[in-house]
Order: sequence, then structure tokens, then C-alpha cells
Amino acid sequence: MTGSACIADKAPLARLYPTDTKTETTGMLRYLLGRFWQSLVLLLLVSVIGFAVLNLAPGGPLSQFTLTPGMTQADLDRIATQMGLNRPLPIQYLDWLSHLLRGDWGHSYRDGRPVLDIIWEHLVATLLLMGVSTAIAIFVGTWIGVLGALRRYSIFDYAATVGAMVALSIPTFWFGLIAIYIFSLRLRWLPAGNMYTIGNGSLGDYAIHLIMPSIVLALVNVAVWSRYMRTATLDVISQDFVRTARAKGLSSRRVLIRHILGNALLPMITLLGLQLPTILGGALVTETVFTWPGMGRLFLDSLGYSDYPVVMGLLMMSAVLVLVGNLAADLTVAFVDPRIRLS
Amino acid sequence: MTQSDFLIPTHARHRWWQSRSVRRFARHRLAMFGLVMIVVLVLACVLGPLLLPFDDLYIDLRGRFSPPFTGYHFFGTDPLGRDIAARLFMAGRISLLVGFAAMVISTVFGTVLGIAAGFFGGRIGTVLMRFVDAMLSFPNIFLLLAMAAFIKPSPIMITLIIAATSWMEIARIVEAEVRSLRERDFVVAARMLGLSNSHIMFRELLPNAIGPIIVAATLTVARAILLEAYVSFLGYGIQPPLPSWGNMLNGAQQYLDSAPWLAIVPGAAITLAVTSFNFIGDGLRDALDARSDML
Repeated sequence: MTGSACIADKAPLARLYPTDTKTETTGMLRYLLGRFWQSLVLLLLVSVIGFAVLNLAPGGPLSQFTLTPGMTQADLDRIATQMGLNRPLPIQYLDWLSHLLRGDWGHSYRDGRPVLDIIWEHLVATLLLMGVSTAIAIFVGTWIGVLGALRRYSIFDYAATVGAMVALSIPTFWFGLIAIYIFSLRLRWLPAGNMYTIGNGSLGDYAIHLIMPSIVLALVNVAVWSRYMRTATLDVISQDFVRTARAKGLSSRRVLIRHILGNALLPMITLLGLQLPTILGGALVTETVFTWPGMGRLFLDSLGYSDYPVVMGLLMMSAVLVLVGNLAADLTVAFVDPRIRLS
Repeated sequence: MTQSDFLIPTHARHRWWQSRSVRRFARHRLAMFGLVMIVVLVLACVLGPLLLPFDDLYIDLRGRFSPPFTGYHFFGTDPLGRDIAARLFMAGRISLLVGFAAMVISTVFGTVLGIAAGFFGGRIGTVLMRFVDAMLSFPNIFLLLAMAAFIKPSPIMITLIIAATSWMEIARIVEAEVRSLRERDFVVAARMLGLSNSHIMFRELLPNAIGPIIVAATLTVARAILLEAYVSFLGYGIQPPLPSWGNMLNGAQQYLDSAPWLAIVPGAAITLAVTSFNFIGDGLRDALDARSDML
């Protein structure tokens, strides 16, 4: 039995107060299944696009071998047969996909190690950078957004609006270079790059190396987050329950924290998922500037060595991370907000 | 005097500069600032190289790393002694052109796809929009770099792959807009008149969705310039000796301590151009869209 039909059969009172746990769980389950199904379809499409990019090169995946000196056409044909490149494209795609699903993402041209192993090694550094940076962005962005909404059309609000637009326009790598110039080269407060000082692996050392890249990466997200937070807060402020809470005599601080922040932050969870591609892309650039040993750094190194299996692996991995992140965000919202799963 | 002079003109000539949207735009201070900045930048890039006493490719090994304002080197010189101002303006031509061309291509593609998806709806719409979602799952820069690595980089190819990774937002916006317009009376009327699908799509729906398209296109120029800067900075975009704002920053990091102007000048140009386009886009949104207060 479907969830909505269940509710419709009940008395009017039950419709107003859907406390029936059975209805709620089936509704939730249906939502979960639907969302999983959607992600699977997207994953399949993502793999098609990835395969298309792989075959985009004029010589196909063979192009790098043609550059090898002394390579004859006969050699190329032999390699093509070995790699199964003379089969029809759909067959090649299915073969590639099945290898991908079985966790066989190919081997690096550089050292012959499995691609997935190499990616795992670099994933932690990237996730650490993204995590810390996102935490900073959420904290600062929420503060700016809420303050802007509470003092709408004040000088602060205006400055935050303009500042956000400028922040969105600054190239991340340039901001990184300027930060390095000021804080590392001139003031000598912070290290200019790397994840830790060799021979000093203490937690404080990691933290010091994290400060600059995570703030640089956070800039764009502070801008986006504060804009959305301002809108969300304005939406919540004008609602009846906030007026009720104020009328009850609650302190404005309590209203702000319990009633406004809680409700305004809810749609932000979805935004966090939607911002993932931007954060990942930003991480790639930031890692390059600060020689941070993460996925982005690996991506560029692999490009430099024409290590296409790793490049393709990272491309696919970045999309998978985004899809998983979005799914996680939506599921979190569904668990926190009963309106989603019951609608 | 003839009698017709006293008639109230029923077909008053439409003067575009008197329209409400234009006046709203002109009142938007940031947007006007952006517009002025873009005009100045374009003029500088077009005329600048003609006025400067240096060629952007002229190598002067004795004048390497001159700081700004050494003689007529207003922005100093680079590691090969080339004048940075001359290179900056020539690079601006490339960067602005690539950004603009990428915008045109991605806007046309995104609009056509969005209109088709929104108009036909159903299975076609779903498939097209899922494809858009899948494309958006890739971080822009990852996709761009992966593509750039597989092809031979030339300004035209760079433009094409930037366009290939930035049409999705426009497609989404247009699809949503068309979906909301599809059941409106004027579309139903057009259908009853027996007009063809393509007529309804491009003569009825497109003009009514033009506001959001213009806004999105403006913001796409900003993004395309940024993307070009990213790939060129990372070494996979416009290739030297052809200068672009991105590749001027390419080697700047290693000279950051001794010659910071190498990094500061081109980055400031990028920021200025992108900010200006974003301001204009914001102003256009306020001017063209009545619902602009939402965001």
C-alpha cells in the first residue's frame, strides 16, 4: 500500500496529525528507494560521459602510444587488439563499466599500481582539506548571512552582498598566491605549502599547514553560503511561529538560535550537497597552489605524465563523490525534516 | 497642420532606452560600474597595444624583472623582459574573446536543449535533464582538464571545451522557465492555430524566456573567463607565446618572492573582468525579472 493512499483513508484528524508510524516508515522507505534509484541512473549516465571523454581524443586511448618514437602501425594495431580497441564501442563500454564496477580501475602508466589504490591514498588529504574548509565556510557564512538578514539593508548587509559577489569572482589560485605572498613571504607567519614539515609530523604542524589552504578554499563557499543563508533567514523571520515565539516573551537570542537558525539551516544541507562539485574543483586548484598531496595534486601530476588511467579514475571518482554527497545530503534532510518524506 | 498630428499614436514607436527595464538597470549602481569597467577593459585591450611603445612578444633580456613604473613599463616586465602591460592587453583580447565565444556557444546549446526538454517534457525531457544532472555531477575543472589533456590545445578547442562544460545551468534555467510557460494561454492558442512545434518553441516560448537567458548568459561570460584562467594557469589552456590572463600567472608562483607583480597584475585583471560581468548580471536580473528580490 502506498503512503499517500494510507493517509487519505484515515479520518480528517489523522490527516492533520500524521502520527501513524507505519505510514511514516513506508513513506520514508519509498523516498529512500526513489532517491537511490535516481542516483543509480545518474551514475550510469556519468559513466557514459566518462567513457565519451576517454574516447574523445583523436587517436582514442591509443593517442599517447603514437607519440612513442619508433612506433609502427603494426605495433599500434597489436596494442589496439590487446586493449580490445577494435571491438564495437558499446561492447567496449560494457567491458569498461564491468571492470569499473568490480573495482578494477586499471593500472597507472607511471608505476603500474592499481588506480583505485593510488586514489585512496590521496583521498584522505583532500577530504581533510574540504572538511576543514567547509566547516570554516559554514561558520563564517552562517554568521554573515544571519547578521545580514537581521540588519537588512544596513551598511553591513550591503557590504556583505558586494563582498560576496567579488569573492565569487576572485580566481581561487590567485587568492592563494596573494595569501602566500602576504602571510608566508612577507609576514612569515604560515608555511607556503605542503601538508607537514618533513621530520615534524605533530598535530599542530598539520594544523598550521592547513590554515591557509582551507581559508583560501573557503572563500567562494563563504560567499555562496552567506547569500543563501541570508535568503533562508529572511524566509524564516517572517513566519508565524517566529512571531509566536517572540510574543511568548522568549529572548531574541533564544528565538534566533532555536527557531530561526534551526529552520534556516535546514535547506542549507541540500545546498552543501549541491556545492560539492565547486568545492572539489576548488580543492584541485588550491592543492596545486599549496602543493597539498590530495586528489587534485594527483590529477595534475597524472596529466603531466599523460597517466590517463589515473586521470580517468579521478574524473570518475570526483563524480561518484559528488553523487554520494548529494544523496547523503538529501537523506539527511529527509531524516531531519518530516515534511520531505510525507509529501 | 494636418489632422493626424492630433491623433494619439496607437503604435508609439518603442524606444528601447525608455523601457522600464533599461531604466531599472541604469539605476543599479553596481551594474553600471560593471558596464563602465567592461567598456574600459575592452577599449584598453583593443587600443592599448597600439599605444604602448612595446610589442607583447619583444624580448629584452637586459630588462628582465623590472618592477612596475620602470621607464614606460607601467606594470613592469616578466622573466624574459617582455612588457607586462603589453602582454596584459593582448592577453585580455584572448581571454575576453574566449569567454565571450564560449558564452555564445553554451548559451545557444543550453537554450535549444532547455527549450526542447521543457516543451516536449515527458520521456524526452526527463532523459535530457538527467543528462544535464549527470554533466553537473562532474566538478567543472576536473572535466575541463581531462578534456584538455586529450585534445590539442588551441584557442578554438579551449573555447569549445569551456562551452561544453558550462551550458548546463542555462539548460536548467530555460527548461524550468519553458515548463512554467508551456500551459499558458498564448501557447495553447498557438497550438490551436496549428503552428508547428518549432514555431511555438522559438517564436512563442523563446521570447518569453529571454530575460533569464540574458542574465544566465552574462554570468556565463564571467564563469567562462574564470575557467579559461584556471586551465591556462594550470598549463592546459591557451599555450604560450600566445598570452592569456591565465597563462601569464602560470610561472608567477616561482617568482612570487622577487617579482610579485607578475602574479598581482594579471590576477587583478581577471578579478576585475569577472566581477564586472557578475555585477552586470546581477543588475540585469533586477532589471528583467520581477521576482529578483528572492536571491
